[in-house]
Amino acid sequence: MSKLRRKVYMTAGYNTVSMGTGRSEFNPKKARPGLEHYIKEAGQGTLAKIGGAKNVDEGAIGNFMAARFNKQGHLAGFIPYIDEELQYKPCIRTEGACASGALSLVAGMKSVLAETADVVLTIGVEVQNTMKAIYGADVLAGAGWFQKRKNGHAYFFPGQFSDRAKAYYEKYGMEYARKGMKQWFINAVENARLCPTAQEYENKVDDLGGLYDKMTPNGKAFVDSLNVLDCSKVSDGASAIAIMSEEGLERCGIPKDQAVQIVGYAQVERNITNDPPDKTELTAIKKAVKQALDMAGITKDDLATAEIHDCFSIAGILTTEALGFAEPGKGAEFVANKNTARDGIIPMNTTGGLIGWGHPTGGTGVHQAVTIWEQLTGNAGEAQINIKPEKPYGMTINMGGDDVTVVAIVYKRGDF
Amino acid sequence: MNYDERLQNVTVLGAAGKMGSGILLLTAVEMADLSLKPENKGKTFCLNAMDVSQQGLAGLMRYLKDQVRKVAEKKTVLLRHLYEDRADLIENEDVIDEYVFDVMNIVRPVTTIESAFDSNLVFEAIIENEDLKTKIFSQIHQNNPDAWFFTNTSSIPIHILDEKAGLNGNILGFHFYNPPAVQRLVELITIDANSDEMVEFAKAYAKNLRKVVVPSNDKAGFIGNGHFMRDALHGIHEAEQLANEMPLVEAIYMVNKVSQDYLVRPMGIFQLIDYVGIDVVRFIMNVMNPHLPNEDLHSDLLDKLFDMGIKGGQNSDGSQKDGFLKYERGKPVAVFNPETSEYVDISGMQARIDGLLGELPASWNPWKKVNFSRGGKDAMLEKYFSELRSMNSLGAQLAKKYITRSNEIGDYLVTSGVASTKEDVNTVMLTGFYHAFGPINEYLK
Repeated sequence: MSKLRRKVYMTAGYNTVSMGTGRSEFNPKKARPGLEHYIKEAGQGTLAKIGGAKNVDEGAIGNFMAARFNKQGHLAGFIPYIDEELQYKPCIRTEGACASGALSLVAGMKSVLAETADVVLTIGVEVQNTMKAIYGADVLAGAGWFQKRKNGHAYFFPGQFSDRAKAYYEKYGMEYARKGMKQWFINAVENARLCPTAQEYENKVDDLGGLYDKMTPNGKAFVDSLNVLDCSKVSDGASAIAIMSEEGLERCGIPKDQAVQIVGYAQVERNITNDPPDKTELTAIKKAVKQALDMAGITKDDLATAEIHDCFSIAGILTTEALGFAEPGKGAEFVANKNTARDGIIPMNTTGGLIGWGHPTGGTGVHQAVTIWEQLTGNAGEAQINIKPEKPYGMTINMGGDDVTVVAIVYKRGDF
Repeated sequence: MNYDERLQNVTVLGAAGKMGSGILLLTAVEMADLSLKPENKGKTFCLNAMDVSQQGLAGLMRYLKDQVRKVAEKKTVLLRHLYEDRADLIENEDVIDEYVFDVMNIVRPVTTIESAFDSNLVFEAIIENEDLKTKIFSQIHQNNPDAWFFTNTSSIPIHILDEKAGLNGNILGFHFYNPPAVQRLVELITIDANSDEMVEFAKAYAKNLRKVVVPSNDKAGFIGNGHFMRDALHGIHEAEQLANEMPLVEAIYMVNKVSQDYLVRPMGIFQLIDYVGIDVVRFIMNVMNPHLPNEDLHSDLLDKLFDMGIKGGQNSDGSQKDGFLKYERGKPVAVFNPETSEYVDISGMQARIDGLLGELPASWNPWKKVNFSRGGKDAMLEKYFSELRSMNSLGAQLAKKYITRSNEIGDYLVTSGVASTKEDVNTVMLTGFYHAFGPINEYLK
């Protein structure tokens, strides 16, 4: 399909707080709200903006590993828990590791495209702080091929991306690469400080670069080629957004300037049993980005902002290259020169991304869509960037596993 | 017998106690790590956790399991390598569970002394009672003449235990600090009759436990309590003196504040006495005193509180029991008045007493900031003391007197042969008591 055969919009985004270390209200020793709380809060947040649950035709919920983090499966059943009026409506749960959230967006979009629904309530959720990080690493390792777990690192995914970072260091130089990764981290925290729901919102460290430099990667304590600041957060959180047809917007009384239109998207799957063909490249992301931009009929230069799946700072650098903003090996320099900062050539992750805002794994894809919706419709509050009329597009890239499940979506403001 | 063989069968006496449980944990982990070495596959390692209290042993096994899990969670990267050849252990949780099992599987909770008859090494952490220790050592020695005894005594001279129990030099002092699993300091007290092999083993064992070893000579109280007991007596006497001019409770508050804030210590002297336990401090003084003909380590005030049942120490959950001071969430809130048997709120006296003491030097920083300032500690202390030196407030006077006394005690420990060097004295106080500066210093000179 080279063009979408029906207009698809997203609107009424809502994010809960991304809860975890960094938030002053987070105390790992005290009881905290569970999965249900986050689903309900996010769902109700969106419903309040679209005239209530009576306007909803279907529900979709993305989640990665509630079955292990919370001993809870069957998450679609929690959609009617959000509101009485959702009872008996069709609901679906999607799973594609950390791209579970974007898969729920895709499911919602497909329902609208198939004309089985005009309004789909879409949610992404994960509640991960139910266990210590060392056990959480086991759960998250499920995003890889289990046959490789035995020989993998204790912190499996940090280990995978540490290997990618190491390959990048070997090819282009470690000091050079880490300058870019450091700037990625600085941007993430500085942007998060502008977003009250962000996990790093209250971060008060003056010298972020100095802090980063002090933390030399140490394979004995963690992984060989990354420090903890290179990593995304362990988060509890949910996000919700409504996916609508034009009829849906009308039904809910949403003006088009308060919605974003989906003008292109791609969903790509790479064989999970294969190692990446080249550790210094994200080939699935590259493919998805190209397909999505082609469908939208635009180039990367038309993008006003992008939400990148920076589960690790190195993934941020590699995605910058996969997007074509920098040649292979030049991504670190591109980022170090602040081209991805909020006032740079292509502002990325304007509320902090996975490193600054947080990474409730199954929620992230929806959170990215909410952020782009906020930016393009002027709802980003203090984090608002300037969207120029000649560049009205935004993009999200949500990745599951090590470049295995990828969803790229291109948005533009609904009235443009 | 090499290191690994020596550690194949070990007994900890008093394993359910505060010190014993820590020693048991560290030893169990060390033994389990040895048992996982490829060359030790198939060998049985056995660690007897001996205690007279069944209830204590039940609690110990729970404590041990929780603590070993924490240890395993911290070294999972290493454990995944150790269990590399175990195809059935895939996830971190598998590996951690197995390690917890492997450690627990070494430990045998027992209540009878006979278990130690097969042990190559016996750690002793029972009550500080010379006769009881002697009796038990001698009983084990008669049935197991090759066993080595590592005693955790903090005050009884080792040669006396050796002679009384007839151990032929098979005993040394291996004095952990509380809590053993956390505190990095170990005082090693050897006697002439020790074999080189035994001393070398003790050093290797301490190194594997990542402890800082300070050798102390075999004089009652050794270095740590040698300083602490005399330092505490100075604080108590100072408060008693001040009580001529003010109520005792206020004097206690005052000295506690001076010894914490002005001396940049983690806690004031009365809080430290409470932490260790009034009963324990009194007991250690009583043990040390007969060995110190020219001194009298004794306090009527400690006796008085002890007789009234005011003992300090910790509850089983680690929280502080009331002693000289009353605690809320670990912080002192009131001071005990032995005349009325009541605690008097600090809030009612604080402003006045602080006013009497005067302002702290402008360059003063709390202990936490000074002690953990990376690289800047010496400069901070230098500046602070240069200011304190020139001050004449009551607080400054008491502080200078206190610091001078601490200095004297430190010097005395060296001149009387308890410590071989002043560095050893300072290391014990810096590492074992977390002081920001050693007692032997030039700050006031």
